[in-house]
Amino acid sequence: MRTSHLLRNFILSLPLLISSNSFAQEPVRIAFMDPLTGAFASIGNSGLKQLEFAADYLYNSKGGILGGRMIEIVPLDNKQSPTESQIQFRRAVSEGIQYIFQGNGSAVANALNDAINRHNRRNPGQEVMQVNYSAVDPVLTEDNCSFWHFRWDAHANMKLDILTDYIADNEDINSVYIIGQDYSFGQVVSDTSIELLRQKRPDIEIAGNEFHPIGQVKDFTPYVTKIVASGADAVITGNYGADMVSLARSIIDNGLNIPIYTFYAAYDGITATLGADGKNRIRLIHNETSNPIPTEERKEFIRAFKAANPNNDVTQPRITNALMMIVQAMEETQSTDPYDIGLALEDMRFTTIGGDEVWMRGEDHQVFQSLHISVHTDEGIEFDADNSGFGLYTEYSVPLEATVVPVNNCRMRRPRR
Amino acid sequence: MLEVFIFATLNGLVTGLLLFMLASGLTLIFSMMGVLNFAHASFYMLGAYFAYSISLYFGFWSGLIFAPIIVGVLGALVERYGLRRVHQQGHVAELVFTFGLAFLIEEAVQFFWGADTKNYQSPDLLDFPLFTLFGQEFPAYRGFMIGISVAIFIGLYYVLTKSRIGIIIQAAITHPHTVSNLGHNVPLIFMGVFGVGSALAGVAGVIAGPVLTTFPGMAVVLGSIVFVIVVIGGLGSLAGAFIASILIGLLQSYAIASNLGMPDLLNLLGLEFGRDHPLTDLWTLTLPQIAPILPFLLLVLVLIFRPTGLMGKREQ
Repeated sequence: MRTSHLLRNFILSLPLLISSNSFAQEPVRIAFMDPLTGAFASIGNSGLKQLEFAADYLYNSKGGILGGRMIEIVPLDNKQSPTESQIQFRRAVSEGIQYIFQGNGSAVANALNDAINRHNRRNPGQEVMQVNYSAVDPVLTEDNCSFWHFRWDAHANMKLDILTDYIADNEDINSVYIIGQDYSFGQVVSDTSIELLRQKRPDIEIAGNEFHPIGQVKDFTPYVTKIVASGADAVITGNYGADMVSLARSIIDNGLNIPIYTFYAAYDGITATLGADGKNRIRLIHNETSNPIPTEERKEFIRAFKAANPNNDVTQPRITNALMMIVQAMEETQSTDPYDIGLALEDMRFTTIGGDEVWMRGEDHQVFQSLHISVHTDEGIEFDADNSGFGLYTEYSVPLEATVVPVNNCRMRRPRR
Repeated sequence: MLEVFIFATLNGLVTGLLLFMLASGLTLIFSMMGVLNFAHASFYMLGAYFAYSISLYFGFWSGLIFAPIIVGVLGALVERYGLRRVHQQGHVAELVFTFGLAFLIEEAVQFFWGADTKNYQSPDLLDFPLFTLFGQEFPAYRGFMIGISVAIFIGLYYVLTKSRIGIIIQAAITHPHTVSNLGHNVPLIFMGVFGVGSALAGVAGVIAGPVLTTFPGMAVVLGSIVFVIVVIGGLGSLAGAFIASILIGLLQSYAIASNLGMPDLLNLLGLEFGRDHPLTDLWTLTLPQIAPILPFLLLVLVLIFRPTGLMGKREQ
């Protein structure tokens, strides 16, 4: 009885507590919706730490934004599932959150895109913006482009364009083997690689084009046997997580000494697992160099992050870029309304703390910045990954202008105000 | 083509023998207690993680010895203080108990070791190619895996069929009350079998961890396939589990190695479909693409045509 009394008193006094707090300025709330439990939890949690750190380090510790408002990051666990994302999206809306960071999984990003568009159409004045920092299915800025969706990562076709240039320049490569997860992203990587290589180096033979079920393969050795038998000089894969580690390990363990070109073969345990065996053999295409770091400002940022999170790395600088550009738009417009911010972001040019120029194209909300191909090594590594001494060293860079692709099939419907 | 065939066979054997180490414990536990242990693959994962932690301080070989012992003791404790109590509520309760335990272990592993992949490496001693054939190396570590698995199979077979303990265990499976009346402690035997079964899963984890990577999802990836093996082999049959393990290992390996698919079948029939055909996904399906699903297909077929499994005896 006593406890229920206490409970009731507490609940009754809640509104009072809240209203007395609102004398302080209300925080700007931003949701981070990614897998925080389950098989892909390590990637999601790593991203969350980066966003929380960026908000605290760059803004909250310096008095906040918009004249004293703090940024509050609200973690929402979508378990990498489109269905769960819908539920979490409703929760974000009910809490009045208008910005959602999301990156892992193009299937989730597409589902969220639909949900946000529907919500925004029906609830003018309470719109939500999708801050896509990592989902690279081209369709999000092409056929399905939306005013409320902004992408801060280069999409798969842009990355493959650079990657195939790099492969085409390598005279030693006469045949490649493409292996990937059997779903939309894996198919895009395969189709686009074949098409681009055919244009750039018709003499390169596609020695194999293999799909395997995502997250189902225990041992990649049988696949490696086929790669060896095919006589391929290089491997291209879009695999991530456990599928990436297992594939690379099998290739290394079976003594297959050919380069592996990837999207995601670093950080969150992958670099440590590959270790010395993967040296100079595994390459990644990504934005923002890892080593050498061009500016002192970004070095400071990474050191401060490592001091706060010794077991994590700054794996996705684009999370910071997205936050900084949104804050800049908020300061410019003195508003937190996604409509104003969306207009301010369109065609914004911004210099990151890494000294890199970023352009958010207005027509399709696709970001452009220099892209880099880096190699897994322990030489010249100032900032390693997984505290392993190994990290990424940038070998090949392409400036912003050379990464720009034409607007493709995007007919964006702009909201009227 | 010969090289692919030889290596596919070797790979199939490695996978098959590894699966057998898991399936043998599972099928033994089933034949004793009549309950499918859903947490069996979790003990496999625990074996890998314990061995990883031990190897950081004392090297791989200590891990190989001590990790299975720890897992075995854990398994025995689970039987003594968990399953035995739940047993009074019937089989469904036991099933649900092990089901929950699997989730609990997975969360515990994430809690203590984190969600990322662990850098668990095979020992330097075995870091050389055993032989090179057609320009492809066969790692010594894989040879070692085959050796350990075969040794365990022979040892287990010997103990179960030739030794006094084995005879008591076999008797306890079919006639627990008689064995009890003869003065043997049947609950202790059950606990021992559960512990040894878990330890076997632990061994599998220790030697598979470096090859199949050590991460929190490793139990889920292997768990379902082990059930398939136990059912195909015939519930409770050790020989059946052995045959089914090798069969599935080879089946998957050959399927991946082959390049056959629907296009070949269509060619044979003289049919052709364009890429814009509504069923284009079906017409372009290849055997390697569906290789990991084949065991489940086999499971369905076995259940339809031989519900007792390959070597199973009809349940009364």
